[in-house]
Amino acid sequence: MSANTADTRAETGNGQKPYLTTSNLTKQFGNFTALSDISLEIYEGEFVCFLGPSGCGKTTLLRAIAGLDIQTFGTVTQAGNDVSSLPPSERDFGIVFQSYALFPNLTIHKNIAFGLENRKLPKADINNRVNELLELVGLTSQADKYPAQLSGGQQQRIALARAIATNPGLLLLDEPLSALDAKVRAHLRHEIKELQRTLGVTTVMVTHDQEEALTMADRIVVMNDGVIEQVGTPLEIYRHPASAFVADFIGTMNFVPGQANGGNILKMGNVELKCNPENITEQGNVTVAFRPENLLVQEGGDKLPNAFEAEVKYMEFMGSFFRVDLLSKQTNSEAHIKGDFSINMVRRTGVKEGDTITVSIPQDRLTVFPGVN
Amino acid sequence: MAEITNSTPLKMVKPKASRDDWTMRAFMVMIGAYLLIALAFPLYTMLSKSFENKDGVFIGIDNYLKYFSTPALFNSIENSVTISIITMVITVTLAFIYAYALTRSCMRFKGFFKIMAMIPILVPSLLPGIGLIYMFGKQGYMKWLLFGESIYGPLGIVIAEVFFTFPHALLIIMTALSISDARLYEAATVLRAPKWKIFWTVTLPSARYGLISAAFVVFTLVITDFGVPKVIGGQYNVLAVDIYKQVIGQQNFSMGAVVSVVLLVPAIFAFFIDRQVQKKQVAQLSARAVPFEPKPNKSFDAIMMSYSSLIVVIIVTILATCQFAALVKFWPYNLTLGLQHYNFDLMDGGGWDAYYNSIKMALWTAAVGTTVVFTGAYMVEKGRGFQQGRTLFQFLAMMPMAVPGMVLGLSYIFFFNNPDNPFNFIYGTMAILVVSTVTHFYTVAHLTAMTALKQMDKEFESVSQSLQQPFYKMFLKVTVPVCSPAILEIAIYLFVNAMTTVSAVVFIYSYHTQLASVAVLNMDDAGDIAPAAAMGMMIFYTNAAARLLHAVVSKYMEKKTQAWRQR
Repeated sequence: MSANTADTRAETGNGQKPYLTTSNLTKQFGNFTALSDISLEIYEGEFVCFLGPSGCGKTTLLRAIAGLDIQTFGTVTQAGNDVSSLPPSERDFGIVFQSYALFPNLTIHKNIAFGLENRKLPKADINNRVNELLELVGLTSQADKYPAQLSGGQQQRIALARAIATNPGLLLLDEPLSALDAKVRAHLRHEIKELQRTLGVTTVMVTHDQEEALTMADRIVVMNDGVIEQVGTPLEIYRHPASAFVADFIGTMNFVPGQANGGNILKMGNVELKCNPENITEQGNVTVAFRPENLLVQEGGDKLPNAFEAEVKYMEFMGSFFRVDLLSKQTNSEAHIKGDFSINMVRRTGVKEGDTITVSIPQDRLTVFPGVN
Repeated sequence: MAEITNSTPLKMVKPKASRDDWTMRAFMVMIGAYLLIALAFPLYTMLSKSFENKDGVFIGIDNYLKYFSTPALFNSIENSVTISIITMVITVTLAFIYAYALTRSCMRFKGFFKIMAMIPILVPSLLPGIGLIYMFGKQGYMKWLLFGESIYGPLGIVIAEVFFTFPHALLIIMTALSISDARLYEAATVLRAPKWKIFWTVTLPSARYGLISAAFVVFTLVITDFGVPKVIGGQYNVLAVDIYKQVIGQQNFSMGAVVSVVLLVPAIFAFFIDRQVQKKQVAQLSARAVPFEPKPNKSFDAIMMSYSSLIVVIIVTILATCQFAALVKFWPYNLTLGLQHYNFDLMDGGGWDAYYNSIKMALWTAAVGTTVVFTGAYMVEKGRGFQQGRTLFQFLAMMPMAVPGMVLGLSYIFFFNNPDNPFNFIYGTMAILVVSTVTHFYTVAHLTAMTALKQMDKEFESVSQSLQQPFYKMFLKVTVPVCSPAILEIAIYLFVNAMTTVSAVVFIYSYHTQLASVAVLNMDDAGDIAPAAAMGMMIFYTNAAARLLHAVVSKYMEKKTQAWRQR
């Protein structure tokens, strides 16, 4: 499938039939509704992430797709077949859990071979396939060890090899990287994505880690409180969050109360901001949102549009940049604004805590949400 | 013109069960049916018998009226409750200090003290009674210690029951004490709380559920125990012995049923309170707790060591007395040693055959019981769907704990001895003894299996299903090997208890299936106390050997599997 993440949606959306769909999926546990009316289409070869805070229903959705906890209402179809009520054993998927669920008393070899047995395959074929998979995940030398003798990252890869051993049409990953430390996680992120591209297997991954979702997914499904907030490519979701929740959950976002009074002018206190009119969907009291990294600082030269004055309250050194806490009297509210200043810019301008500076927000980087947060 | 405004109402998805789901449910239903036949139906039969006269005619509550208007009968209620409460207080106190020594001191030989304290589990409860008779009875060598009091009666019952229940209480309290959180002690020490205050504000509260649980377990064990009061109770009547007297002595089965129902009440009451407490105990465990490490303290460790040694000496003395009495020619007049009391074939009670029968029965119980219990626990824990069936199964599996052995045995007479019962053919065979024993000890074994199964990753089954493998492959290749320590534990538990139990089998053994524990009872009844002691000690040695074998096998398996077992 396409490696270019940004294009995937456009490409797959054109007439191609979805491989996996959920329609009006609802899951209730007693009086609690864990999923409400989820409709979703996933295309062949796509890597889709379900992203959301814990308790948002992402794992419940994955388990419904797998048939492990079947939904209360709604349907799931896979490869054109209605699998809504089928038990897991009659569906076609491989799964990797956060705990890996490797069988502790079986060697690595036998763990991977587990799903290949009882399929009337000759023993030699099974062995070949296992060796092929071990090579694929780069752990050929570990075949005779037990899971407990391997590192977390290695166990992870074995679980992956076991899940894809039978060439399933769908690969489900339930927080596969959460139990690993940061370095290994970053490395495996890349490796899993690479493997998925090579195999072209349709993949659904559940994660609460936005970085994981942004770097790995072709499309992200952002969920909250059992409903889908937004579906889109990582860029779409980051640049054009559909709701304040998405904007806040992914990346860092400034939210400042303001007013929209028609036209392309937004008022933020006494500051007037020019804005792309198509972004203003609501009139009256609104919330103006923009990301810290999109805040520009006036450094002499031409006067920037959409500019206002702000006092530097606090500068937090983050390694590769400064996160700066700004307070602008002009925006009348006592709203603190976060800005990301590059190390170079800080060195160039010599800006320091207590200074009053002029900052601006480019008009195409402004997002407006209805109401006041 | 009809107009459809509402969209069609949402249709609930009905999960389709796979073939594995059906197979697993079938297994569960089969084992559930076993529990119905071996437990629920007999109990129901007994309950209805308590409302019938000798000829089987329904007479309402007449039997109960008669029971409560006969002081000789209903006085037993007070007697039973009294000795149970006294024993409960003494055992829990003694066991708490002993457990404290094992978990909170740095005394030496903890392993030894742990093993020695478990000895009473390996003997039938008749044996401490016999030992006490030799020590404090009419010709007892320590009789002077009683200052003229008689050992026959409440005094003897309580001492023997404390011996008998001590390890049960100890195990529970030790678990409660060993899960205490070291951080609480550090915090208390930093706040400069004096030692006694730490004890009252940290140690006791954190062990409280264990203490309550131990108290109820001891209470239940004593009120349902038959062996001790039978041997040493004298004229002091208690409920469990009353059942025996009504059934065996007077052949009054209806009144036996009435007493059984009366005995069921406190047992069920204690059972439910204990279950509530157990639930809370689990909730108290925190994953972040830091285990408490005791620090050496010379004088404290010495006191604890002396105390533990004293307990061990008492336990050993009681047993050694039995062994010595079994070996001497004629206590206390001719103390030359000999083996004539081991000529069991010359006495009532079934002779050596009874001993071999016991071993056979215990092996069957261990084999059948372990298979049935573990399979049942697996199906109920790892099966999918069928929620009501699983809840009912859980209830049935917990019930045996609340049913005293005597009550179960008597129910079996009513249920299985009925010629119209299709299962009548097992009456009088080894099979009914195995069924009764497995059922009687089902709950603890079931809980052991459930604990082990709950510790397994719950996603193993999900993975196996996604790989389209049958459940039995997963069960045999992964679950059973991983749970093998728990399985061995269940097997040895069933074996040891099958060897020692009297109450569950005393009503249903036949001439061809006499058992060692029952032989102890019958020989003691016939006045052959020395041979009774000898047979009791044979049970002890057999159980000790079985325990030793279990330890060796466990060690070997641990070694063999240490490559994959994470410790």
